[in-house]
Amino acid sequence: MMFGRDALSVRGLGANSIDALWRLGYATRFFGLTLSHSGTCGRRPRLVVREVYYTGVLSLVIILVSGLFVGMVLGFQGYQTLTTYGSESALGVLVALSLVRELGPVVSALLFASRAGSAITAEIGLMKATEQLAAMEMMAVDPIARVIAPRYWAGVISMPLLAAMFSAMGVFGGYLVGVVLIGVDEGTFWSQMQAAVDVREDVFNGVIKSVVFGIAISWIAVFEGYDAPPTAEGVSGATTRTVVTSSLVVLGLDFIMTAFMFRGM
Amino acid sequence: MQRTTLDLWVGLFVMAGVAALVILALKVGNMGSFSAPESYTVYAEFDNIGGLKARAPVKSAGVVVGRVTGIEFDTQSYKARVRMELEKRYPFSKDTAASVLTSGLLGEQYVGLETGADSAMLKDQDKLTLTQSAVVLEKLIGQFLYSKAAEGGGKNEAAPK
Repeated sequence: MMFGRDALSVRGLGANSIDALWRLGYATRFFGLTLSHSGTCGRRPRLVVREVYYTGVLSLVIILVSGLFVGMVLGFQGYQTLTTYGSESALGVLVALSLVRELGPVVSALLFASRAGSAITAEIGLMKATEQLAAMEMMAVDPIARVIAPRYWAGVISMPLLAAMFSAMGVFGGYLVGVVLIGVDEGTFWSQMQAAVDVREDVFNGVIKSVVFGIAISWIAVFEGYDAPPTAEGVSGATTRTVVTSSLVVLGLDFIMTAFMFRGM
Repeated sequence: MQRTTLDLWVGLFVMAGVAALVILALKVGNMGSFSAPESYTVYAEFDNIGGLKARAPVKSAGVVVGRVTGIEFDTQSYKARVRMELEKRYPFSKDTAASVLTSGLLGEQYVGLETGADSAMLKDQDKLTLTQSAVVLEKLIGQFLYSKAAEGGGKNEAAPK
């Protein structure tokens, strides 16, 4: 809001802090409003299905390709490091654990924020700028139930599925490099992996992470879109803020959840 | 309400996501150890468990027969109390010996069971009395050094005279 001289002054700092608090409170109220207006999504699942197509299905290509390449790079790098200790049989463990616990949920969340989150914000922001949301209200159609909630739930549904596909694809990429290209023994690769990866501790915690990321990103995306100033500039600024904020929030939440889940017990 | 190709894509997407989760659970993780079949619990007290952790395997003759489900410090005996769940289909005699072993030189630690000659079998909540602690590498090296020093010291004293 305040740029130039004011942004550096104490007054500017105070104004910005209060503005940030204000927005946080407004965003929280908006989140509650979205949840309480979600009944329409249950009665008309078609609305959500349509948005799952736009947020989930259209994100598939970037998620799958990135997952494959991340896994392949992990295969190379992991092998390089593990040979120093003569334990390249643990390559499968390294690839699977780093993907399932961290990289799968986090990297796919970052990609999801920039691929789908920005699209949601831009769409809603433009709807607001062209007064479509206001027109809906005039026709007694609730824009939160009809526009916001389906997009929010589509994001929440898509995110864990995308993260799971990212991890599975990454493990396959690690297998391609480790076993097919370098020649780590195939039996050791899989058996060590299965012995080390625990379904509840690792896979399930990864899914929890991606669900939380899905909620956070979708919330930020729909809020920024709804809150965007109804100008071309405002929509572009809101889109940028969605990507920046949700990336930072994802990394922060990941740290907190990792501290809770893997304290090294 | 008519079906559209969009629905098909979303259906495929959800199927692929669920399939990826199932792959992660079955192929990457090990679902079998998670939902263990019927088991019985036994306890063992060790002087020193070394680096043994909960969820470590319990092996007999190299075959995994159960898992370590809990480790606690017993303030009555000042020993480590290890709780193990063994699969029902593997009965062991009452005088089974348990020892903390290491797979390989620096590998993970596990509990090894060696069955005895007793005809009575272990029951749920039984306690194993014959235990052998983990080998602590530092102690081993220390003992080795002491014995070497004792040998060398004797010679040195003898030499000047």
